[in-house]
Amino acid sequence: MARYILRRLLLMVIVLLGMSVITFALTHLVPGNPARLLAGQHATQEQVAAVAKLYGLDRPVVEQYVIYVGGLFRGDLGMSLTTRRPVAADLRQYLPATIELTTAAILLVIGLGLPTGMLAAIRRGRPLDHLIRVSTVAGVSMPIFWFGIVLQIVFYRNLQLLPIGGRLGIIDIEPPRVTGAYVIDTLLAGDFGTFLSALAHLILPAATLAAGSVAVVTRMMRASAIELLDADHVRQARAKGLTEPIVLGRHVFRNALIPTTTVIGLQVGTLLAGNVLTEVVFNWPGIGLYAVNAIRYLDYAAIMGVTLTVSVIYVFVNLLVDIAYVLLDPRISYASARSAGG
Amino acid sequence: MSEGATTTVDDSVAAGRRRQMRRQLRRLFGNPLSAIGLALSGLFVLMALAAPLLAPHDPLAMDPSNRLAAPSALHWFGTDDGGRDILARVVYGTRSSLLTALGILSLASVIGTSIGLAAGSFGGWVDETLMRITDMFLAFPALVLAMGLAAALGPSLFNAMLATAVVWWPWYARLVRGQALHLKNEAFVEAARVAGASGLRIAVRHILRNCLTPIIVQMSLDIGYAILTLSSLSFIGLGAQAPTPEWGSMVSIGRDYFLDQWWIVTFPGLAIFLSVMAFNLLGDGLQEALSPRLRR
Repeated sequence: MARYILRRLLLMVIVLLGMSVITFALTHLVPGNPARLLAGQHATQEQVAAVAKLYGLDRPVVEQYVIYVGGLFRGDLGMSLTTRRPVAADLRQYLPATIELTTAAILLVIGLGLPTGMLAAIRRGRPLDHLIRVSTVAGVSMPIFWFGIVLQIVFYRNLQLLPIGGRLGIIDIEPPRVTGAYVIDTLLAGDFGTFLSALAHLILPAATLAAGSVAVVTRMMRASAIELLDADHVRQARAKGLTEPIVLGRHVFRNALIPTTTVIGLQVGTLLAGNVLTEVVFNWPGIGLYAVNAIRYLDYAAIMGVTLTVSVIYVFVNLLVDIAYVLLDPRISYASARSAGG
Repeated sequence: MSEGATTTVDDSVAAGRRRQMRRQLRRLFGNPLSAIGLALSGLFVLMALAAPLLAPHDPLAMDPSNRLAAPSALHWFGTDDGGRDILARVVYGTRSSLLTALGILSLASVIGTSIGLAAGSFGGWVDETLMRITDMFLAFPALVLAMGLAAALGPSLFNAMLATAVVWWPWYARLVRGQALHLKNEAFVEAARVAGASGLRIAVRHILRNCLTPIIVQMSLDIGYAILTLSSLSFIGLGAQAPTPEWGSMVSIGRDYFLDQWWIVTFPGLAIFLSVMAFNLLGDGLQEALSPRLRR
């Protein structure tokens, strides 16, 4: 096991280096002159040259790349043009909100997707199964930015049940920062009123973000549960007189979790990307909203900082999921996982 | 072998193909969801082709005296902040959505197929190098990389299309490589090799031709997601720029008004939703009809 993890970690380093090449290429080899962009439209030729020298843009490409990667290792992602602060400091400020939202969405995906998929499998071919199937197709086809707006119209404008956006109401006071997740920090501070407000603000964005992934996980869960319901060992379990809840729980649900775990892991990438859209709709101050504001001003350092951060998180989560997969499935030995991962 | 014998063999092969196709079509239409998908996708394609005939107004014509008008007999879907007719813009939006989706899939499948075919057919270090590069692209969350790329290229619908194609080809490369590895050991490829066919000829004539069905199935499954990705990029300002009639950017404009003028966001959003769902249902149906082995 240790060798497998070590191998995967090594592979991850290579992937991360590859990513740095891609993001470097994006920022430094963009059509147009980055120095001119940094200096501004009305800068003179000399000013542009000075900026190029200051940021090392006049050096050979390979040297620039080495400087860029060296900076990455020190956590230096460059300066943001819009906030005039280091991108890394901005990301530290905005990342917790994104992590809070993504975690809430993952909990929804697991809490809704697994039981719904299981239910559809048990009721296979019946009206409920068809209803779930149509809903999952709708779920994966929904543009999430539009879904979020529809939820705002229904729950904020029409029903006046939930807030329209942001992380807290105007009268709420930000809790002292411990984890950066407001629903946890307010509880730690013992401020129950603000906790409820933070929770109410979290519901619509989390539901918006989760919708598509709930559908994907439901489909996967249904497919693997159906396969298992027909399997020999399940028939055997029934034949020896086990009760239905035990058969379904121990023999179907638990085994269906194995392939579904991988799908949930892959969904993390979808959720991280979906954050960008959700945060814009709900004015949620995470790195997605930060990225979109950066796009508006063509703030390349900030855009690439977000791209790189999100990708690193994604690679890391996938590593964890792969390890969990090997741990969960007794049929996969580390040796075969090694050759499959080849 | 005489002339006549070849014709008979060809005839019976053709008849077999026709029989198979009829069976596949029956399977496709037999499922009500696939049939709905096919009909709806057909409608959207028709709408794109006949946009100038169907749109009741000019999608770009401003009418300042008629800003933000609610749906009425004159403007079925209402008007936007420039007084432009939303129905006309939704109808024309079909063109940009379908065309760019098609562009993404063509680019991605051509690049991906070439790379996958080279990797799978030639093997060895070619395979190793190409697949490691492919893995590198797959390690990124697709939409995030597309965002970075589209931002670097500069915001426009064409650049958004290019950026999406760049993050999309690895899936085709993987698919085709897998098929090629499997086909390489088939008897008919072996026979062609023994007969002295060159590596390139085998790759194109024998392997590529037999990869076409899975590629087409994959493309039909991907159209919906391509539309979704493009409209998402447009929504955050990286795709079509106003006032181009494009669904994602229309929703983005409507966001400023949605509490009072709900129609500006609702109709273009509905168009995205319905078109993506139509192509997804069609794709699912095609997959089941053409490659039942993959059926779940």
